[in-house]
This record gives sequence, C-alpha cells and structure tokens, in this order.
Amino acid sequence: MEIIKEVNAYTPVIPKKKYSPVKEFFKNWKKQKMAFGASIFILLLIIIAIIGPYIAPYDPYEPDYNTTLQGPSNEHWAGTDEYGRDIFSRLLVGARISLGVSFLAVFLGAAGGILLGLMSGYFGGWLDRLIMRGSDVMFAFPDLLLAIAIVAILGPGLTNVVIAVSVFSIPSFARLVRGSTLEGKETVFVEAAKSMGASHRRIMFKHIFPETLGSLIVFITMRIGTAILAASSLSFLGLGASPETPDWGAMLSLGRDYLGTASHVVMMPGLAIFLTVLAFNLVGDGLRDVLDPKTKNE
Amino acid sequence: MEKLLQVNELETQFTKDKEKLKILRGVSFHINKGEVLGLVGESGCGKSLTSLSIMKLFKGTSGEISGGSISFKGEDLTHKSEREMRKIRGKQMAMIFQEPMTSLNPVMKIGEQLLEPIRLHLALNEKQAKEHVIFILKKVGIPRAEEIVYEFPHQLSGGMRQRIMIAMAMSCNPQLLIADEPTTALDVTIQAQILELMKQLQREEGMSVLLITHDLGVVAEMCDRVAVMYAGRVVEEANVFDLFESPKHPYTKGLIGSVPKIGQRKDKLTSIKGNVPDPSNMPKGCKFAPRCTEAMAICLEEEPNPTDLGNGRMCSCWMIEEGRKNVYA
Repeated sequence: MEIIKEVNAYTPVIPKKKYSPVKEFFKNWKKQKMAFGASIFILLLIIIAIIGPYIAPYDPYEPDYNTTLQGPSNEHWAGTDEYGRDIFSRLLVGARISLGVSFLAVFLGAAGGILLGLMSGYFGGWLDRLIMRGSDVMFAFPDLLLAIAIVAILGPGLTNVVIAVSVFSIPSFARLVRGSTLEGKETVFVEAAKSMGASHRRIMFKHIFPETLGSLIVFITMRIGTAILAASSLSFLGLGASPETPDWGAMLSLGRDYLGTASHVVMMPGLAIFLTVLAFNLVGDGLRDVLDPKTKNE
Repeated sequence: MEKLLQVNELETQFTKDKEKLKILRGVSFHINKGEVLGLVGESGCGKSLTSLSIMKLFKGTSGEISGGSISFKGEDLTHKSEREMRKIRGKQMAMIFQEPMTSLNPVMKIGEQLLEPIRLHLALNEKQAKEHVIFILKKVGIPRAEEIVYEFPHQLSGGMRQRIMIAMAMSCNPQLLIADEPTTALDVTIQAQILELMKQLQREEGMSVLLITHDLGVVAEMCDRVAVMYAGRVVEEANVFDLFESPKHPYTKGLIGSVPKIGQRKDKLTSIKGNVPDPSNMPKGCKFAPRCTEAMAICLEEEPNPTDLGNGRMCSCWMIEEGRKNVYA
C-alpha cells in the first residue's frame, strides 16, 4: 500500500474523483475475502508488535515459581512456562522480535536484490553473468543451511539472524527484478526517456523499477512469511535469540522438553508462528490476484 | 543556408554471432536550419535506424556506428561519449516516436513525465518548471492543461498522447526534432491535426525537423526537402516540388506511382515488384537493380555513385551517371 502511494507522489491540487489507483486497489482488495481477513490479522499483529510490551498483563521476564507449567486459564490465557512466566505476555512482547527481525531481513534482502537485479537486467553483459552465476551458487545451498552457515560464522544473536536471512533472500529478489527489468527496458517509453537525455540511474529507478513493483510487493509479502519461519528456526536451534528472550522460536525450543506433560508451552508459540506465516501467504496470494493484470477478470 | 545537421557516409552495423551486418551503408544527407526534411522509404530500408544513429540510441543492442560522420552544429557526434550525448538528447535534439500509446510511462502522471526533460536540461526552480509544463501543454493545444498534468497516460486518447509527446520533445526548445512516423498509429483526422500542429510549431520556433515517414501525402504536406532511402542508402535527394514533379530515381518513381489517385478507376493498385533485399544477402551492384524496370547490364555489376544534379538535387542511378536517356520518361 505505501509503495503504491509513493508511485503517485505527484499529489493533485485539484481533487479528482474520476480515477484513483489507490481507491481502485481497495475496491478489488475487499473482494479478496481470505486475504482481506488475513491483512486485518497482520495489521493487528503490527499494532501488537508496537504496543505489545505496554498491554502485556504480566512481565514476560519475571519468573513465578508458584505457577510453573500451568495450562491456559483465566489468569494466564495461554498458560505459563517452566519458570511460571505468562506465555500470552511473552507472545505479545515476542511479536515485536519476530516481526521486526523478519521485516528487517526481508527489506534488507529486497533492497540488495532490487539493486543487483536492476543492474543485472539493465546493463547485461559480464555484470549480468557475474550476478546471475553468483545467485546460482547461492541457490545451490538449501536456504536454512546457508543461514545456519552464516550465523555459524558471525556468531549467534538476532542481528546476525537478520543478516543471514537477508543474505539468502537477495538472490531470489535479484532474479525476480532482473526478469521484470529485461521486459521493462525494451519498452518504448524507456527509449523515449533516453531520447530526452535521462541517465541510466534515472531510467532504472524512475521508469523500470515501478514496473517491477507489482510482482515485488507480492514477493515481499510471501517472503516475510518465509523469513519468520527461518528466524524462528534459527532461534529454535539456539542460533538466534538468547533463550530468555520471548522470541517465538526460542519459546518453542524451551517448551520442547515438556511436550508430553505441558504441550501448551510449545503449542502457543507454534500457533502464533503458524497463523502469522499463513496470514502473510494469504495476503501475498490475494495481492497477486489484485495486482497482476493478467489474472484480473475485467 | 546554414546547415544544422550533416550526415556523411554514415554506416551502422550490428554484430550477430560474430558476423557483422551493415544496415546503413553510407547514408548522406543534410538538414538546413529551420527546414523540414522528409526521410522516406519502405519498411526495413533503415529510416528509423538512421534517426537512432543520429541520437546514438542503440538500446542494449549490438548496434554501433562503424563509419562516416554526423556533424551537428559543426560538432561530430560519432565521437561523443554517452555522457556528452545525454546533454544533447532532449535539449538540442528531441525525438517523437511512432507509438503514442506506449511511449509514455503508464505509471507516471503526465505532469511528472513532462517535468523530466525540463528538470534535466533547464535551470528552472520547481515552480517555474511546473509553469513551463502548463505553458508547453497549452502550446500544443491541450485543453484543460492544469488538470491533465495530474492524469495518467491511459486516461488520454492516442492523439492527445501524441500531443503530450510533442510537448515533451519541444519542452527544451530543441534545434532539431526527429519525428519517427509520428502519425502512423493515429487515425486520419487526428493525423491532420498533429501534422498541422507540428508544422505550426516548427514555423514558430524555427527549428529543423527530420520527418521519417512512408506516407508520401505527409511528405507533400510537411516537407521542404526529401531524401529517399533504399536498402541503407539515400538514393535521391531533392526539394519536395522537384521530387514530385520529376522524380529521377526509378525507385522514387515507383514510390510516387504506387500512390493511388482519387478519381482514377483501377482494378489493381500499382506496386513495386519484389521486396527490400535482405541485409545479409545484398545483391551485387545497385541494390534496387533486381526490382528496377529499367535496369541495365552495369546496374547488376556496380553500385552507382551519387550524382549532383544542381539545385540541391542528388541521385544515385546509372541512368543519371551514365547520362543515358530514359526511354520511358
């Protein structure tokens, strides 16, 4: 949404009712029932990520040894963990970590991939071959293995998780953007812009890049789901957040020992991860239907 | 008269699978200041490539200028770097394309697109630049210019879009406007309007126009002089009256002869038999000889040189060079 607004940064002085791409988008968006619901869920999550620590009913770090491993109840909506910490509070606070890490990782990865993809597609030649072979090498690694390798080199910690997840996002973004760039640079309006004396940078970012936005928005949304999974997996493996932080992956890892006796300790963060990833995927699917002119049934 | 652009023996080639393919084989013509030169010829003869070569716009292709010179205001463009060319493009020479439907960026508002060349080439502040956009839009006859700048290209008709393109090309007062079949994609009534507009702007601004077209009607209406191209060379150059009055080259005769005339009943339209030769398989001698009704033995052996006929007329044909009388004329 924000990105679409940016394209139309030339704000009208005279308000026009006739045509607004933003309005048009909303009209179609509401028709996508599942995705619309999922997008509301995500919006809610984002709000929680911002205000989570202030609305959490209990201190997520404060152990209470009187109430360890209790099931969901009126006092503790999602039960308590082995130290008696309120899982619901931990989930609320953890939303910021999970979403923050994955958003940051995807946007960093997207930024790198967009830059490389644009250059690769636009200039072609040896630069294109270099970038594409480089991404082929990256593609040869299983995603998570590559992330584990990067964290293993850099050492555990959330910052390094962000770096690892963004690095393995770069090649897929680069490929996607390169494809649209190859298409975009053949258009007449790009040639027209060149005939006006526009520079390479200007043509790449002002004329070709907006053409790639449609597929890019969809891919970014999908990728955030993947990034949440990857970040949680790394934390689960003990490579990400330290165990006492209320990161969803780390919570999952802690509860593993009580799977038989207090399954809610695993179930609750698991459910949070599952719902979030599902929501992002649904939104991605919906966006594709709305933004891709080929699937529009008009 | 002062020459604005002098193209001399221009050669442009493409490389494919290490094989060099010469598409322009020595194109020569000139444009005087304030004059409209028509470049005519059938599809595939290198008209558009000539214009792209002058602008040095080869996209991502293997195209390159392999010989000859392009002298623009006394400076040779063939040796200019991309950076230097960028300052010339849009500012001193601008281009209008054939397809008004695709030559505007669909996700950019009209005003934003028009601001682009102005921001690049003119030292105006934001407010002045926006005023200049409105001014130039009014100049090309766009009604409600203040509103149009906030609209997207798809909200406008083809004729309107071509007006926008002309406005964009004219925005920095170029000395040379290259129009590559500017009216081909428009319907006839709009064509007339656009041509009228171009003619009027050309007179007002005193700029030179290189008009590429295959429509001889457009040539008769618009041009001061005409260069006829065939298979990558200019075969005849003359002022527009002389050309229609007494075409010298058999190809020009064929072109003029193939225009249907009102009031003439005919079962079949006249055409020039055959096709433009394949650039990778050019015939020896005169490239038009295989299709020429008046070809002689020498035509199949050697290519004729351009002969100066005086009064700015030029023609490359053995009939002229050898001084032989054309029995059919």
